[in-house]
Amino acid sequence: MGRYVLRRLLQLIPVFIGTTFLIYWLVWSLPGDAFAGKCGDRPCPDAYVQAMMDKFNLGDPLIVQYGKYMLNVLQGNFGETFRGLDVGELIGEAYPNTIRLALVALAIEAVIGLAAGVLTGLRGRGFLDNLVLVSTLFLISLPVFVTGFVLQITLGFELKWIKTTVSASPAPWEHLIVPGFVLGSLSMAYVTRLTRTSIAENKRADYVRTATAKGLRQRRVVGVHLLRNSAIPVVTFLGTDLGALMGGAIVTEGIFDIKGIGSLVYDGIIGKEGVTVTGVVTLLVMVYLLSNLLVDLLYAVLDPRIRYD
Amino acid sequence: MTTTRSEVDFEETARVPGAPLLEVDDLFVEFRTRDGVAKVLNGVSYRVEPGETLAVLGESGSGKSVTAQTIMGILDMPPGVITGGEIRFHGENLLKASSRRRREVRGSGIAMIFQDALSALNPVFTVGFQIEEQLRLRKGMSRKDARKRAIELLDQVKIPNSKGRVRQYPHEFSGGMRQRAMIAMSLALDPEMLIADEPTTALDVTVQAQIMDLLKDIQVERNMGLILITHDLGVVAEVADRIAVMYAGRIVEQSHARDLYRKPGHPYTQGLLDSLPRLDLKGTELRTIKGLPPSLLNIPQGCPFNPRCPRVQDICKTEVPPQHRLAPGRLSACHFAEELISGD
Repeated sequence: MGRYVLRRLLQLIPVFIGTTFLIYWLVWSLPGDAFAGKCGDRPCPDAYVQAMMDKFNLGDPLIVQYGKYMLNVLQGNFGETFRGLDVGELIGEAYPNTIRLALVALAIEAVIGLAAGVLTGLRGRGFLDNLVLVSTLFLISLPVFVTGFVLQITLGFELKWIKTTVSASPAPWEHLIVPGFVLGSLSMAYVTRLTRTSIAENKRADYVRTATAKGLRQRRVVGVHLLRNSAIPVVTFLGTDLGALMGGAIVTEGIFDIKGIGSLVYDGIIGKEGVTVTGVVTLLVMVYLLSNLLVDLLYAVLDPRIRYD
Repeated sequence: MTTTRSEVDFEETARVPGAPLLEVDDLFVEFRTRDGVAKVLNGVSYRVEPGETLAVLGESGSGKSVTAQTIMGILDMPPGVITGGEIRFHGENLLKASSRRRREVRGSGIAMIFQDALSALNPVFTVGFQIEEQLRLRKGMSRKDARKRAIELLDQVKIPNSKGRVRQYPHEFSGGMRQRAMIAMSLALDPEMLIADEPTTALDVTVQAQIMDLLKDIQVERNMGLILITHDLGVVAEVADRIAVMYAGRIVEQSHARDLYRKPGHPYTQGLLDSLPRLDLKGTELRTIKGLPPSLLNIPQGCPFNPRCPRVQDICKTEVPPQHRLAPGRLSACHFAEELISGD
């Protein structure tokens, strides 16, 4: 196991370099003048542009720029925006909101998805099964911005059950329930279907019959023997999804005005703040790669037949 | 509340003194499928006494496993429907018993082992966990005691290095060891009756013999009733006291093992024995039973074996043969049973 983790961590290095370089290159080769509109209505003075070019090494060849940038990042310095704000601090403020939103979304996905999946998987064909199948299909086919705006307008503006925007930072948990539902709704539908199939497939397995033949209670047969096996693909999915959720949700955060990583990236792109965008995406790449590694390790914990050495 | 419950009340329930250990009485089971009603069991009766081995013999689809699953109460319902008959354990009709009572009988009254131990054991739990689980939940044992008992059980089924093995997962066991672990698991609650559903079919021949010897030893030691479901006449000859031959959901012949081998009382049994390869007939063509078992959706009129029977007469096509009592403990469902055993 230890050697496997080490190998995987070593593999992260080339992936990390490759992705971050690509991002750096893409961000700094965006068309348009990065300094347009930075100095009010007039064009920026040459002296300012020159100072900025020096500060951000924009005169160097791209590969050298990237090298200098990465050296700083590796020392924990994400650099400054053109306006002089510390990107590390910006991320530090935004990330807790994204993590909270991600956790709420994951919890909703896991609880509702698993419950609906187990219930329909056990019951088999019938009204409930059809209801869940149709409603998950509906959720899967709805874009997030539709679910988001519809819930914001009905629950927020008309019924006034929720606050329409969150704004506050750090965002209070209870304000994140509806945004979390919006963000997690698609994956929730997947979790439901994945669980349903997995349960339906395993419920006639020989080991389930054995467990019944041992005289165990139905609750234990389902809750321990059946669920433990059926959960393997579901937990793997949830783990990967957590990695994706940690990457921020530009649309959901935008609709509910959550000051998270998604909004930060969006503002960065709009304002041509290359340092912010590169910094955030670099961090997200790390988070995603590590969470994928964790999922693979979790897989071995859940299924003892999988061994990595 | 769910974790411990003493099994005291189990001992006090409706047992009839002097009743046989297990009696299956005129059992009918149907599978209601989209294609129609499959008559899987059509009046199956047999009984097993303590210390006795009953071999249930038959082709695939003859209903031998379904009978066992109905006894255990693990038949898939639907599509299965029990349409008639009784299963009496110490005289108590299990088919009328509450689901709680049935659960109590499972494992501690009647236990079962399955053909493919790899799929019958849960892949994600250790062998020890799967044995201990019953001891903890059904007998209220502590984790430590249950572990000790699990190791003892693994020793009893002659698994070497039981202390290390108890921590391993089923896929880390070889085929034979896995079946031994399965047997250990079935013995955990000291059942009075064990049903072995083709326990050696998935194993290679040398291991088969070891497992059969083990089952026999354990049965004698514990004076358990044993139902051995198999399609292997070779396995049966060595261990069975009595044999029930099943065909199309009926028992066509029931007899002491020796008598059946000496003089089969049903043309189907005769056919099965004739189709065994024999050294003294080496070089000659192997005899088989012509045709296929009938579809259970559409069992032939009269004797279900009539389309394949070499001795078929007109009566066989119209009338279902009754069980003829040929000798004490010997039954045959053939119109010509007497002729079969009296002829040469």
